Amino acid sequence: MVITLSKDRMSISREQDLVPFRNRVKEAAVKIGMGIVNQTKLITAASELVRNMFRYAGGGEVLIEVVSKGRESGVRLTFTDKGPGIADLSLAMQDGYSTGKSLGLGLPGAKRLVNEFDLKSTVGQGTTVTILKWKNG
Amino acid sequence: MDKIPILRMGPFLLVTIQVDLYDRLALNLESDLVQKVHQTGARGVLIDISAVSIVDSFMGRILGNIASMTRVLDAETVVVGMQPAVAITLIELGLSLKGVHTALDVERGMALLQEKLDWDTDVADDDGDNIE
Ligand SMILES: Nc1ncnc2c1ncn2[C@@H]1O[C@H](COP(=O)(O)OP(=O)(O)O)[C@@H](O)[C@H]1O
Ligand SMILES: [Mg+2]
Repeated sequence: MVITLSKDRMSISREQDLVPFRNRVKEAAVKIGMGIVNQTKLITAASELVRNMFRYAGGGEVLIEVVSKGRESGVRLTFTDKGPGIADLSLAMQDGYSTGKSLGLGLPGAKRLVNEFDLKSTVGQGTTVTILKWKNG
Repeated sequence: MDKIPILRMGPFLLVTIQVDLYDRLALNLESDLVQKVHQTGARGVLIDISAVSIVDSFMGRILGNIASMTRVLDAETVVVGMQPAVAITLIELGLSLKGVHTALDVERGMALLQEKLDWDTDVADDDGDNIE
């Protein structure tokens, strides 16, 4: 069972929130002693998802949790927005698919960089993405 | 508005990115660099990212854009000093940085640009009528 050890919320509404947000994620990763490679993967995935939230949904909220499961600890991030939602999730998860004329690597790339990835979306209501990176994952 | 300084070193331009860039700053750098290459006729651009801890697909796209735009203006771009964790992450993210040259540090990046410049000059010479 995954237990939450600490929680922190941050709302994202402007581009200038991205750098402080990345710093908060880094603090959580450093707190549990996550190595530099996993830290970099986690923060890069987080950066992709927070940018999506900001760009396609005009902002939202991120829940930053330090979690543990047995002896393993990790960082879990939940990105919640009330934007337009995503109509076709499997299309959105394809490398190179973008409605924003960018690289289309954010969602599929973020999934590759973490240990657990969950995407839920309802058109007209919003999108929630949850990622989890284990310290030794 | 903040700006990232662009230094001129002979035929090359050098940019050292000291902070994690927010998007606007990265976009400004893209347009400033292209303008500067155009103004100075620089033949190469060195971008030192040794202090950068995160390169996501946005930043990767900017680096790619800089490389392709400067190439049109006859200048090669070399990205130097990428941290190993950043390089590993970029590959998993799926970003190939196609068309962007990379080198371990500024010195080697400079050597790479110089080599390309010398090679270009040689080719130009060979087009002439001088007989070996
Ligand atoms: N939070 C979101 N709300 C609405 N649509 C989204 C959201 N995140 C992603 N999308 C959609 O999924 C597509 C793919 O996203 P991504 O893989 O990050 O690539 P990119 O951002 O380069 O387009 C986006 O172009 C957009 O259509
Ligand atoms: Mg994206």
